[in-house]
Amino acid sequence: MMARDVFRLSFQSLRRYPLRTSMLLVAIAIGVASVIVLTSVAEGGRRYISGEFSSLGTNLLIMLPGRSDTAGAGLQGMLIGETSRDLTLDDARALARSPNVARYAPLVVGGGAVSWGSRERDITVLGTNAAFRDIQGWELAVGSFLPATDLDVLSPVCVLGNLVASELFAGASPLGEWVRIGETRCRVIGVLAQAGMAGFFDSDELVVIPAANAQQIFDTPSVFRIYVEASAPERMDRARADIIEIVTSRHQGVEDFTVITMDAILSTFNSIFGVVTAALAGIASISLIVAGVLIMNVMLVAVTQRTPEIGLFKALGANRSQILMLFLAEASVLALAGGLIGYAGGQGAALLLRTVYPIIDFHAPLWASLAGLAVAVASGLVFGILPARRAALLDPVEALAK
Amino acid sequence: MHALDRVDLDIAAGEYVSIMGPSGSGKSTLLNVIGLLDRPNSGTYELDGHDVAELDDSELAALRQQQIGFIFQSFHLVARMTALENVELPMVLKGIAPKERRQRAADALASVGLAQRSAHRPDQLSGGERQRVAIARAIVMRPHVLLADEPTGNLDSRSGAEIIRIIEELNRDGLALLVVTHDPKVGERAKREIKMADGRISADVLDPVPAP
Repeated sequence: MMARDVFRLSFQSLRRYPLRTSMLLVAIAIGVASVIVLTSVAEGGRRYISGEFSSLGTNLLIMLPGRSDTAGAGLQGMLIGETSRDLTLDDARALARSPNVARYAPLVVGGGAVSWGSRERDITVLGTNAAFRDIQGWELAVGSFLPATDLDVLSPVCVLGNLVASELFAGASPLGEWVRIGETRCRVIGVLAQAGMAGFFDSDELVVIPAANAQQIFDTPSVFRIYVEASAPERMDRARADIIEIVTSRHQGVEDFTVITMDAILSTFNSIFGVVTAALAGIASISLIVAGVLIMNVMLVAVTQRTPEIGLFKALGANRSQILMLFLAEASVLALAGGLIGYAGGQGAALLLRTVYPIIDFHAPLWASLAGLAVAVASGLVFGILPARRAALLDPVEALAK
Repeated sequence: MHALDRVDLDIAAGEYVSIMGPSGSGKSTLLNVIGLLDRPNSGTYELDGHDVAELDDSELAALRQQQIGFIFQSFHLVARMTALENVELPMVLKGIAPKERRQRAADALASVGLAQRSAHRPDQLSGGERQRVAIARAIVMRPHVLLADEPTGNLDSRSGAEIIRIIEELNRDGLALLVVTHDPKVGERAKREIKMADGRISADVLDPVPAP
C-alpha cells in the first residue's frame, strides 16, 4: 500500500464526519496553542527582564550591605556582639584606590514629597554622585547632571526625571527653579531625557540629588547600594577582588557585605524562567493528553461504525498491519492537522500580544512549539493504538455480517 | 451454529457450483472457509496446492487478494467512494500505481456495462448497478475463484437475472464460480449443485437438468 493512499483514505474518512473531526481538531489545536501562548509569555518575560539587566552594562558590580549567604552576622556574630555593618560614603570613596575600578556611585534611596508652588508629588528620591549618570547611561533633556564634587559636599541642587518635571512644571521651564523635597529646598539644574524603566529604576519618575543631601534628608549615615563599574569587562574578577579586599579591611577584616555581578543575576533569572517556561509547557501539554483520550474515544466509536468496511477491506486482501496502519494514520493525520492549526493560532495569539504590548517580545521558544506539535502527534498515535489494534484484530466474517 | 462437520469437497478450476440449504446449514461458513476468511478448527484446505493452515495472516490476505473475488448480498461498497474508487480499492491495498489501477478499474467497470457510471457514488446507483460495481471490484485482480454470497438476495428479479448473466459469462471465460443461494431458480442453473444440511453436504449433484 502506498503512503499516499494511506493518507488519502485517512482524509476521506475524516471528511465523512465533519462535525466530529472539527471538534477533535479544536481540542488538539487548543492544546498546542496554549503551549505556544504560555511559553511565549514566559519567554517574553524572561527576555524582557534579562534585557533590562543587560542594559545596566556588563561591567557593573553592585555592593549591598550584609552577607546574603549567612543571613546577617549569624550565630557567631550574635555571641560576640557583632552585627553586620552598613556601607558608608567612606567605603565608596575608598574604592578609588583600585586601579580596576573605573567609577563608583553610592546610592541613598528613599521616598519623598517633591513640590513646586502648589503642585506636589510623592516620588523616589535618589542620592548619588556624578558617576551614576555614566553608569546608567542617562541622557539629559536640558541642563546638567550633578556636579563632580566630593561625596561629603552638601549642595542644594537636583535633577528631575522627565515625567516629574512635566507634572510639576506643566510646560514651564524648571531650570533654575527651587523645588522643595521634604524639609529642604534645592535648585533644579537639569531634567533627564525620557527613557522609562532601565535596570532597577524608572528614570522618568525620580529626583536625583547629591548623596550627602539625601543622607541628611533621610537622616541616615549609611548607603543603600554602591554601584561599581570595572575599568574593562575582563577586569571584573580583579575589580571584585579589590572591592572585597578594600572594604573588608575597612570593616575590621569582616566581609559583611555582598558583591553581585549582572552575570550572576542574569543567570539566576534565566534559570528560574527556564524552569517556569518548562513547567508551563508541561501543564499545557496535559490538555494534549486529554485531546489524545478524546481521539481514542472517537476512534473506538469509528471502529464500531466502520466494522463492515474493515471486514470488506480484509476480504479485499488487507492484512492486519494494513488495517492498523490505516487507523493510526487517521489518528495522526487528525493530531497533526489539529496541531498545525493550534500552531498557527498560538503564533497568531503571540503576534497579537506583541502588537498590544510591544515592549515585551512574546515569542514561544522553538523547542516549545516543536514539543507542542510532537506531543500532539504522539498522543494521537499512542491513543490511536488501542482502537487501531481492535480494528486490525476484527474477525472478517463477523465484521462483514454486521 | 456455524459449524461444518466432516465436509469433503473438491472443486476444480473453472467449475460452476451452487451451494444451497436452509439457514444455519453451514453454507456461508463453507464459503468463508473457501474464501480464506475463516479457518477450519481441524482438517485441511488446499487452495491451488497451498495448505492454507500453514499460512499466516498476511500470506492469507495476499492469497485472498490474488485468487478470490467476493460478491455479497449487501454489496459492501464504500459509501464515500465513487464506483471507480471502489473498484480501485483492491489495487490500492496491493500498492499498484494510480495510473495503472485507474485504467484497470475503468476496464473492469466497462466489462460490467458501467463505463458511464464510474464517477457516481453508491447512493446514486440502483441496486443492480451497485452489485455490478461489486462484481467489477471482485474481478479486477483477475482471481481464479468468484465467491457469491446470495448475490441476488437484495435485488428485483430483472436486476438479479442480469447479475447472474454477468457472472455466468465470467465463468464461461474460465473463472470458477461458487454461488451460495436460497433461491432454487438461481441454484439450479449451476452445473454442480451442492445441498447442505446441519453442517454436512447432503447432496452433490453434477450436471443436473438445466433450468428452463
